Amino acid sequence: MSSSYLPAGMPAPVPSPDGLDVAYWEGTRRGELMVQKCGGCGGWQWGPEWMCHQCNSFDMQWEQVAANGLIYSWERPWHPVHPALKPMGPYTVVLVELPHAGNIRMIGNLPGAADQEVVIGSAVEAVFEAHDDADTPYTLVQWQLAT
Amino acid sequence: MSARTIRGKVAIAGVGESVYYKHGQSPDAEFVLALQAIVRAAEDAGINPQEIDGFASYSNDRSDPSRLAAALGIPDLRFSNMQFGGGGGGVAAAVANGAAAIANGYAECVVVFRALAQGQFRRFGQGAPDPTVSGDAAYMAPYGVMSPSQKYAMRATRFMHDYGVSNDVLRAIAMTSYRHAQANPRAVMNGRPLDAETYDNSRWIVEPVNRLFDCCQENDGAAALILVSAERAKDLKQKPVYLLAAAQGSDHRCGAPVMNATNFPSSSFATVAPRLYETAGVTADDIDVLQSYENFTTGVMMAIVEHGFCAPEECNEFFTEDNLAAPSGRMPLNTSGGNLAECYMHGLGLQLEAVRQLRGQSCNQVEGAKLAMNIAGPMVTPVSSLIMGTEETL
Repeated sequence: MSSSYLPAGMPAPVPSPDGLDVAYWEGTRRGELMVQKCGGCGGWQWGPEWMCHQCNSFDMQWEQVAANGLIYSWERPWHPVHPALKPMGPYTVVLVELPHAGNIRMIGNLPGAADQEVVIGSAVEAVFEAHDDADTPYTLVQWQLAT
Repeated sequence: MSARTIRGKVAIAGVGESVYYKHGQSPDAEFVLALQAIVRAAEDAGINPQEIDGFASYSNDRSDPSRLAAALGIPDLRFSNMQFGGGGGGVAAAVANGAAAIANGYAECVVVFRALAQGQFRRFGQGAPDPTVSGDAAYMAPYGVMSPSQKYAMRATRFMHDYGVSNDVLRAIAMTSYRHAQANPRAVMNGRPLDAETYDNSRWIVEPVNRLFDCCQENDGAAALILVSAERAKDLKQKPVYLLAAAQGSDHRCGAPVMNATNFPSSSFATVAPRLYETAGVTADDIDVLQSYENFTTGVMMAIVEHGFCAPEECNEFFTEDNLAAPSGRMPLNTSGGNLAECYMHGLGLQLEAVRQLRGQSCNQVEGAKLAMNIAGPMVTPVSSLIMGTEETL
């Protein structure tokens, strides 16, 4: 059984039924961070959408990007709002900006001590957290301070 | 002033609410609460509820206008309107939509209402129970980002970092609402004052910005207000309160998934507030009393900044209990106790309070108040805000 930061029983992600973000979730299973890049204007885009917000092209492509970034913001929920979180105690969430991909932002956890200091602007790198035992296996993108 | 504005054309003629309860404590069903609020607003206006011919609400209110009209025996339903999206960000827009219907002759008497019994349905502060999630939620819920408090803390954390804002600002906003609630017999927190020590010792809901007292309540209740034309309002029971301006919307890519709004450390009012002032023909300095929706104290802070009451760098000086308290503070704020301490009536209670201020009927009356601003639920999209005034402001 693979280890995960948050307890078992959390909501499991599944690709959108309309197929919009299948490439992202397949990428995470391979340990690759795939995001959208417009085939028309070359602009980066996140989260996934069918149209480029810059040039309105429908030609959205998927491209692998380096799985690192900077902490843009953070939070530490203490109050459990889901039954699976009740035994957990506080956990840390970061919003990570990817300067090399148009400053798109991604959400993940920053595993570590419950009282760890989080500094906005810190460099982080992705850790792919596999959930192989799920009904539909998936992989979450977590973050750790860059080494 | 251009003819294509709402300014002065529509008045609020009546306000009413149910008894406000903690969630789960209403003896009446949510739909009954809606009817109670509507009937009381009609009584306040001095009209027969069967004269209502339009309904406007927001956040997918469950009390359907056709059922309400059937229950009330309304002979000619002319207008039923729902503001798309944004939850409590839609409350001022709902007033604006109802007013637009009257100004354009679609209806004569519109009730803006919200009925919300969180104890009878899902509480807003709980995560959805679904075992799997897709779309935007797939990028948040598996990481423990599910509730509004968790979704919006990210914005505020970055804002406070960028501008060096102290958490004392948030405490001042919370304590002001509780202070005002002590004079308001309708308030759920009436008789439960909040002191600084209790605030400071309260548990984190989401560190580093949302302690328990920074978060709105979860309640059962309903509220309603009656809109009629300015001409008709003059013949009704109460002193008319006029709609001077309303604006709604949000700025560039505010709804972009996974927290990718362009202007992220924001309450979403950057483009909305300037339009509001332009229509009203007033500035922040002219406003006498301010009702600003508290989902979280952080949202109040950012919304007030984006409406120009202070610069972001001035938050630590502006947001003090002395400045925010009625009757004599620099900008009296949330004078009923608001969503934090009166009732989380999804912001409509704050609209009712603005009307009471301009009539001179508030429990925390600001002497001679002529202009009131209402800011709806911040940080969501779309958001909305409005300005009301007395007859002399027209």
